[in-house]
Amino acid sequence: MRLSRRQMLGTGFAAGMMPLLPRMASAQPRRGGHVTAACMSSSTADTLDPAKGALSTDYCRHAMFYNGLTDYDDNAQPRLSLAESLDSSDQMTWRVVLRDDVKFHDGSKLTADDVVFSLLRLQDPASGSKVKPIASQMASVRAVSPRDVEIVLTSPNVDLPSILAQSHFYIIKAGTTNFSTANGTGPFRCQTFQPGVRTLGVRNEDYFRDGRPYLDSLELIGIPDEVARVNALLSGDVQMILAINPRSTRRIRESGTHDLLVTPSGLYTNLIMRRDAVPTSSPDFVLGMKYLFDRELIKRALFRDYATIGNDHPIPPFDPLYRADLPQRTLDLDRARYHFARAGLPSTPLPLYCSPAAEGSVDMASVLQEYGSKVGLKLAVNRMPADGYWSTHWMKHPLGFGNTNPRPTADLMFSLFYKSTAAWNESGWKNERFDRLLLEARAQGDFALRKEIYGEMQEIVAAECGTAIPVFITLIDGFDKRVKGLRPIPLGGFMGYKFPEHVWWEG
Amino acid sequence: MAGPATRGLLATALPLIGKRIASGMLTLLLVSLVVFFIAQLLPGDAAQEMLGQAATADAVAALREKFGLDRPAPERYVRWLVGMVTGDPGYSLVANMAVSDVIAARLPNSLLLAALSALVSVPVALTIGILSAMHRDARLDRGLNVATLSMVALPEFLVATLAVLVFSVQLRWLPSIALIPPDASPWLILRSLAMPILTLSVIVIAQMARMTRAAIIQQLSQPYVEMALLKGIKPARVVLTHVLPNAIGPIVNAMALSLSYLLGGAIIVETIFNYPGLASLMVNAVTSRDMPLLQACAMIFCTAYLLLVLIADTVAILANPRLRNR
Repeated sequence: MRLSRRQMLGTGFAAGMMPLLPRMASAQPRRGGHVTAACMSSSTADTLDPAKGALSTDYCRHAMFYNGLTDYDDNAQPRLSLAESLDSSDQMTWRVVLRDDVKFHDGSKLTADDVVFSLLRLQDPASGSKVKPIASQMASVRAVSPRDVEIVLTSPNVDLPSILAQSHFYIIKAGTTNFSTANGTGPFRCQTFQPGVRTLGVRNEDYFRDGRPYLDSLELIGIPDEVARVNALLSGDVQMILAINPRSTRRIRESGTHDLLVTPSGLYTNLIMRRDAVPTSSPDFVLGMKYLFDRELIKRALFRDYATIGNDHPIPPFDPLYRADLPQRTLDLDRARYHFARAGLPSTPLPLYCSPAAEGSVDMASVLQEYGSKVGLKLAVNRMPADGYWSTHWMKHPLGFGNTNPRPTADLMFSLFYKSTAAWNESGWKNERFDRLLLEARAQGDFALRKEIYGEMQEIVAAECGTAIPVFITLIDGFDKRVKGLRPIPLGGFMGYKFPEHVWWEG
Repeated sequence: MAGPATRGLLATALPLIGKRIASGMLTLLLVSLVVFFIAQLLPGDAAQEMLGQAATADAVAALREKFGLDRPAPERYVRWLVGMVTGDPGYSLVANMAVSDVIAARLPNSLLLAALSALVSVPVALTIGILSAMHRDARLDRGLNVATLSMVALPEFLVATLAVLVFSVQLRWLPSIALIPPDASPWLILRSLAMPILTLSVIVIAQMARMTRAAIIQQLSQPYVEMALLKGIKPARVVLTHVLPNAIGPIVNAMALSLSYLLGGAIIVETIFNYPGLASLMVNAVTSRDMPLLQACAMIFCTAYLLLVLIADTVAILANPRLRNR
C-alpha cells in the first residue's frame, strides 16, 4: 500500500527528470546478443558476496545474478521484486510475502529461510558486511511460513522497502558460504567469475520476470584507467563504460556511433570541519568557509557543468524531499571576512587535506586556498595519495575532504552521516533537535509531513553542521548506440548499477 | 673426446651454481623480511582497506580476528615463513582463495607475455646491436642510434596509448584490451597480445641493442680482431664467431635485466591493456594490504630475477674460455 503511494509521488519527480532522459527508444526490446560492459575497478577484491560489495563493479555483478526483495524504479523509488507484498501498519513490524514462481539457478525454490539467512548474516561483523549499521535495525527476521517472513525493526522506519532494494540486501541461497560462483535468482547465471579479470553471465531462462533478460550473455570487466576505458569503447571492444571524465565527453559524442548516459546524482565531495578541533569548532569559522566556496566556478571549471549546485546539506535539488525555499548560499567574501574576524584566524597556515580519493577535492582545495588568501585565511593544501586515504586521513584532521555516494533515502543519508552517534558523523557535530527530527521522520507515514521535517533538517545541517557541500557530481557513462534501454537512475551510473536486466542489443 | 671438456665445464659451473643458489635463498629471505616490514609501515591493514569507508571499530576488529591480523607482526611473519618453507604460501585475505590458486591464474599470463616479448625483442635487439657495431659511425649506425635512443626515451604509457589510438580506435585492426577468453584460438591470442608485445619490445629492444653495440665495439678494437681480419676472414664471420663469444658476458647480463623487467615491470602495459598479469596482481595486493599475496608476488619476481642473473653469469662463464679456466 505504501509502495503504491510512493510510486504516485514518484511520477512528479519523473516529470522533472524528463529533459535529462536520452531519447527513449520506442522500439520493443529485442532478445539476443552479447554486451561487454566495463566498470572502473577490477581486483582480487572482486566478490560474488552481496554483503561485501564495495565498488561499482560489485554492484553491477550482483545485479546480474541476484535480486532483492524490492527494487528501484526509474525514479529511485522502491517497487516489489522478489516480494509479492511488503506491508506494515506501524512501520515497525513488516510482513513480507514472497513470490511463488522464483527459482535459484540451481533449480531450488526461493523460500522464507533464504530471506532470513540473507538478511541476518548482514549483522555478523565477521561476514565483512558493508551494511552492518543499517542491518542492525532489524531486531528479528523470522520465517512465518515457507512464503512469509516477518521483519521486526528496533524502531519504526518507513524506508525499509528502499533499504531492502540495495545490492547488499540481495537474497542468496540459505547456507551459502562459498562465493566462487553465484547461486542467485537473478537474470543471468554465472558462467565465469575470475576476480580481477572478468565476470560472464548467460541468460537465466527460468527468470521470473517474463521475457527478461533480453541479452543472451553479458560480460563485465574492469578497466581502471579512464583513457583506456574510453578507447575500449570507441574501438568497439566494449559496448558500455562506466564513469567518464567530463573531458572525454566530446570525444564520445563526436564519434557518431556512441552516446552518453548522463545521471545527475546525489554524489558529493564535501569539506569537513571537525567540531573537536580549533579553529574549525567555531560556528563562525564554519560559516566563513561555507561562504568561501565559488560554487559556480567549481561546477563550471572542475566538472564542466556536469554537476548540480549544492546548498551545504546532502539532499540534491532534484530529490522530491529537497527544500526549495532555503536561500542558496553563494560566494560572499565580505561575509566570509566578517565570520573569520569573529572566529579569530590562526597566524600559521591551516592544513587542508585533500586526495584524488575524494573526487575533485584537490582542485577544490586550490580554489579555496586562492579565495582564502583574499580574506586573510592561510591554507596549506596537503594532497594525500588515494591509497589509504579513508583509513588514515578521512575525518582525522580538523579540515579535510570526504566523498559520499548517493543513498536511496534521505533517512539513510542523515542517519549514516549526520546523526550525532553515527560512526561516520564526519564533522563530529551534535544537534539534539536534528536527532529527534530524524526519528520522527522515520516513523512518519505521511509524505507531506515528512518532507516538512526533512526540510527543517536540511536547514539545520546547512546552518550549523561542519560540512560544506558545494556541488553534487553528475555521473557520466558511455555506450554504443546499439545498446538500448538505458536510462538514468539517480542512485548511480549504469542505471543505479542495475542495468543487466534492462538493456537489449540492436546490432 | 668431449669428456674432459665437459667435466671441466661442469666442475666450474656446479660450485658456482651451488653458491649462487645458497646466496639466492638468503636474498629471498632478506627481501621477504624487507617487504613484510615495509608493508607494515603502510597506513591501514587488510581489514580497514576491505571495509573502506564502512570501517567501524567492531567490524574492523572482527575482520582482523578472522584474518589473524590481531597477532603481533613478527609472529605473523614467522607463520608465513614456516608455511612458505613447507610449500604453502598461505591464504589470500582479500580474494578469499589460496594464494597458490590466485597466482596460478595469473602467472601463465605473465609468462606468456614475457616469453612472446622476449621472442620478438631478443633477435631484433641482437641484429640491431651487431649491425650498428659493424657499421660504426656510418649512416646506418647513426640512424639506428637515433632510433634506439628515442625508443629508450619514449615512456611506455605514451607508446601504448598511441598504439591504441592508431591501431584500435582509428584503424580497428587490433583490440584495445588484451583480455583473452578462455577458449581463444592462438590467432586471437596473438592478435590480443600484439600491442602489449609491441610496447614492451620497444622498451627492452632499445636497452639490449645499446648494450650489444657497446660490448661488440669494445671487442672490435682488440688485437685478435685485427689479426683475424688480416688473415682474410669476412667481417661478418669475425663478429659472429670470434667477437660474439667474447662479448656475450655483458650482452646476456643486459638481456637478463631486460627480461626480468618483462615479468615484473609490465605494470603499465598490464594497466593500459587490462591484461591480467602478475604485476597488477601485486599492485592490487599492496593497495588492499593483502600480505600473503604481496609476499608471494615479491618472492616470484625476486626468484625470477635471481634465476635470470644466474643463467646470465653461467652463460658468460661457459662462453668465455678465460673465465672458464680461472
